[in-house]
Order: sequence, then C-alpha cells, then structure tokens
Amino acid sequence: MNDVDETLNDLADHIAHAEPHAVQRWEITHGELTIHCVRDQIRSLIKFLRDDSQCRFETLIDVCGVDFPERRERFEIVYHMLSMRMNQRIRVKVSTDAETAVPSIVEIFPCAEWFEREALDMYGVLFAGNTDMRRLLTDYGFEGHPLRKDFPLTGYVEVRYDELEKRVVYEPVKLVQEYRNFDFLSPWEGAQAVIPGDEKATEGAE
Amino acid sequence: MADGQAHNPEDRSFTFNFGPQHPAAHGVLRMVVEMDGEIVERVDPHIGLLHRGTEKLIEYKTYLQALPYFDRLDYVAPMNQEHAYCLAIEKLLGLEVPRRASLIRVLYSEIGRISNHILNITTQAMDVGALTPITWGFEEREKLCVFYERACGSRMHAAYFRPGGVHQDLPPELLDDILKFCDEFLPVCDDMEGLLTDNRIFKQRNCDVGVVSVQDALDWGFSGVMVRGSGMAWDLRRAQPYECYNELDFKIPVGKHGDCYDRYVCRMEEMRESVKIIRQCIELMEPGPVLAESSKIAPPRRGEMKRSMEALIHHFKLYTEGFKVPAGETYTAVEAPKGEFGVYLVSDATNRPYRLKIRAPGFPHLHAMDYLSKGHQLADVSAILGSLDIVFGEIDR
Repeated sequence: MNDVDETLNDLADHIAHAEPHAVQRWEITHGELTIHCVRDQIRSLIKFLRDDSQCRFETLIDVCGVDFPERRERFEIVYHMLSMRMNQRIRVKVSTDAETAVPSIVEIFPCAEWFEREALDMYGVLFAGNTDMRRLLTDYGFEGHPLRKDFPLTGYVEVRYDELEKRVVYEPVKLVQEYRNFDFLSPWEGAQAVIPGDEKATEGAE
Repeated sequence: MADGQAHNPEDRSFTFNFGPQHPAAHGVLRMVVEMDGEIVERVDPHIGLLHRGTEKLIEYKTYLQALPYFDRLDYVAPMNQEHAYCLAIEKLLGLEVPRRASLIRVLYSEIGRISNHILNITTQAMDVGALTPITWGFEEREKLCVFYERACGSRMHAAYFRPGGVHQDLPPELLDDILKFCDEFLPVCDDMEGLLTDNRIFKQRNCDVGVVSVQDALDWGFSGVMVRGSGMAWDLRRAQPYECYNELDFKIPVGKHGDCYDRYVCRMEEMRESVKIIRQCIELMEPGPVLAESSKIAPPRRGEMKRSMEALIHHFKLYTEGFKVPAGETYTAVEAPKGEFGVYLVSDATNRPYRLKIRAPGFPHLHAMDYLSKGHQLADVSAILGSLDIVFGEIDR
C-alpha cells in the first residue's frame, strides 16, 4: 500500500466512523476513494464531507447517473467532490430505481441543480427537494431518457422542416439502411458464421 | 400586455429572449431574461441547443473511435480534451507514456490554452465594444491553427493524442517555428494589453462586474480562471500534476477582486506563462518514441507492417476489435483552459466504454449566470457571459 492509499484509508475510516448510518462500504481503486452511501442519508453525508475539518470537500465537481439494467436498483448516482484545501478527491455513490427519488443536495451545493436536472433528463432519476425539475439538455417536449441502456442510439423521432406546413415536424425515425451494430468483441471466436446447409446436421440429430 | 388590463406605469418588468442567435451569446444559448427596467432580476439559461448525445455515441464506439468526439466538445482548445480522455484510459490500463510524447502533449495543451485565451479575451473585449483586439489576436490564433495542422493534419479537430502517446512525431522544423512564434507572440500580447488593460471604457465595463467571492466559487463548483480570478491559487497542473508538469517552471496568476477585469488579467498572464512552458518543453525534447511500444494498445509502425505478419495482425485487431480496458472506474481531470475538464470512465472490460461522463468546466459556470447577473444592468450580462468563457460544444455535449 503506498502513501496515497494510506491517506485515503485513514480518511475513509474517519468518514465511516463519523457517519456510520450513511456509509455502506468503501473501496480504494486507482488511488481514488469511493464511498457507497445509503440513499436516504446522502444529504447528511455530503454535508459532513463539506463541513468536517478533515474532509473539506467544498467543491462539488460533478453529479451523474450510470445505468446497470440488470441490477434491482438499476441506477447509480455518482457524486464527485474535490477539496482544494486538502488537495483530495472523493467519489460518493447511491443507487436508486426509476421510481424512488434521491434526496436532492441543492441546499448544500447550489450547483447541484443543473447536474440533477441533467440526471433526470438522461436517466429519469428523480430528486426530492429540487424545485426546478425541468429537462435540461434534450429538446423541448422530448420523451424518454436517452442515456438509459434500453434507449436506442438512433432515438425514436426525427425532425425535418416541412415546406408545406412551414414548420419543423417530428416523425418516427426512418432508417434508409438498418442500423449496423458490429460486434467486434472477438472477431476470432465470437462471430457465429452459419454456413448454409449446416442446419441439416442438427435437424438430423434430433 | 393582456387585453383589458390597465397598464400600470410604475410596473417596468418585462421578459425577453437573449439568443439563441445573439452574437454575444457565444454560440447557441437562449437565455430568458426577466428585467425590471434596466436591471436584471432573473436569468434562465436554456441550454441543449447543441446537444449531440456525445456520451451516448461514445458508449457505442471503441475506445479509439471515441477519441475524435473530444475535439468536438470545446472546439476552441481540442487537444486539452483528448488529453483528459487519454489519461483516463492510461490510468485504467496502467500504461506509461514515452517521454517525448509526454512533452509533445504538454506542448500542444499549452498551445491550446493560448489559442483559447486569445479567443476569449478578444471576443469578450468585442462584447464590451473593443473591436480591434480580435483582429490582432486572430492573426496569432491562425498561426496556432497552422501548428495544429502541421502536427496532425487538421486545424481544429485534431484527433492527435492517443492512449499511450501521440499519433505521429513532429517534424523538426515545426519545433523551430514554434520557438520563433514564442518570441513574436509576447510583443503581440503587449500590444493587446496596450489596447485593453488601461483602457478606460474596457475598465468601466469590466471592473466590479460579475464579482465572484471565494465562497461563491466553491458553492458553484467553479474551476480554472473562475477561482484563480477570485484569489485562490488553484491549478491542477500544480496541485495534482499530470504528465510532466511537475518538472516545468511556471507561475499561477491569481486575481484579487474576482471581477471580469481580474479574470481578463489572469488569462492574459496565463498566456505568457504558457509561452514559458512551451519553450521549456522544446528545450527538454529529445528524440525518442512518441507512442507506447506495446502493439496491443498502439498500432505498429507502417514500415513494420510491410515486413512482419505479427504487426499486420495487430493492426487488424486494433482497428476492428480495438483494445480492451480492464474493468474499473476512474475520474481523471486536466486543467483545460476553461477550468477543470474531467472524464469519469466506467469500463466493463470490453472494447467500448460502459459509461463516459464528461465534466465540462463551462457547465457549472453557465449555471451560475443567474446568480452572477442578478442586480446588474442588461449590458453587463454580455460582459459577464464573455468572461465566463463558455463554449457550447462542451456544455451541451
């Protein structure tokens, strides 16, 4: 264990002691500390991280969502914080699903508002306590949450200017050519090359 | 005004759109501004008009294919973005960058910084009425674009940095020309300063406008010049050095009042410091490889491919399957000209990023627009907006 990890280790111990209800577990990878937090305790943890004299994570760098559709609570909300005083970074994670709201941290960090709006826009994650929950990046009147893994890359609607109606119209996506999603994961073993006539061999076996 | 309602002459409140086609909006920004007479009461920026779904697209590309998307974020300083992305991949791969490549990266990041600051200073000056600096500044910026072109073949969308180094070595004459530029650029800086720094109109429009206190900077998630202008000597190049910044000698200009004028002065000084860094990089540069030797990550050289079957196979594998990045996650940030540009990369051990969140410095800066403009006059809105240094490529992603 090197020096960086040791400092982070001490820091994590300190946080876990001070906020035992909030911290589920923590880990250090690539010299970065990640704390998994109980969803309902996120506010108190973030506030603690900002105000505690050993933490001083006073800058909220980023809040973003990550989608894991196979999990029971499919969304992870990831908070990145920075302490300019201590020259330290930290990552806090909570998990949620599409129905359960995450407590908003707008009161602690005003800059969280847009980050939370973006997470709502992209993943459909709700934040309780954020009073301005409009969409942020997508089009006015957009439906769906584009960064979810089950949202197709092409989307559902396309726009064009209609000369007759003299306005921009929305239509379902029409692809001239089927969307090609190559699986290059393993060109040697993965490609299922079906040679015509091969199916007869399996039919015969049955 | 609604029909049938008597107009109250005392009521001077009205709402209007600033942009999306306003020249001082620096791109496609629509701001709904609520005014009381000439005083701004609320600013509601509507962003996303340039949203291209970069993060979604990247999830469908291999690591190498995703790289050019970073040029299209902050298209004013493209290579600085690529830098953050490459550093994130290298962190997960545990990859070492050759010395020469590291110096070239720093060299071009600093060229990007100058290029960005020239654009920002001169356009901000234009927003407040000074028309000459932009014509002088863009002449220099053009030269920087040519340096980009000579290194990678493209003036803007470079796609030059690679995980493990840079794509190609620089031609030797290029370094001489960059050194020559360094000598010629400083007098131009002085000229531009002569037009602006003591200019009475420029000062009247910028001093005490859009003041950011240290606490504001922390609360609103500011970084880069936005915190340095307020007096905090925070620079990732110094605080959390990446690449070879810890060997280089440069100063961090810090403002005092946190207003638009101090931010202008900081940017001006940063350009001079960047010139210093560029000089040091060229001095330190020695011949050597510019890309990691491992053929599993970096493509083999052309000449090698003509002779070696192994190299040919590696080339084919790299440009179809790409390389796989070990599972894990990292947040890697660089000091981009606009502030902290970060990449949060989640890998699931395949050849494509599972999730890639781009943390653009302009995003929280623009968010604070409402807070900063409140109580100012309408004309100050464009001065503040200019000094935030926003580019919509990175904010809307």
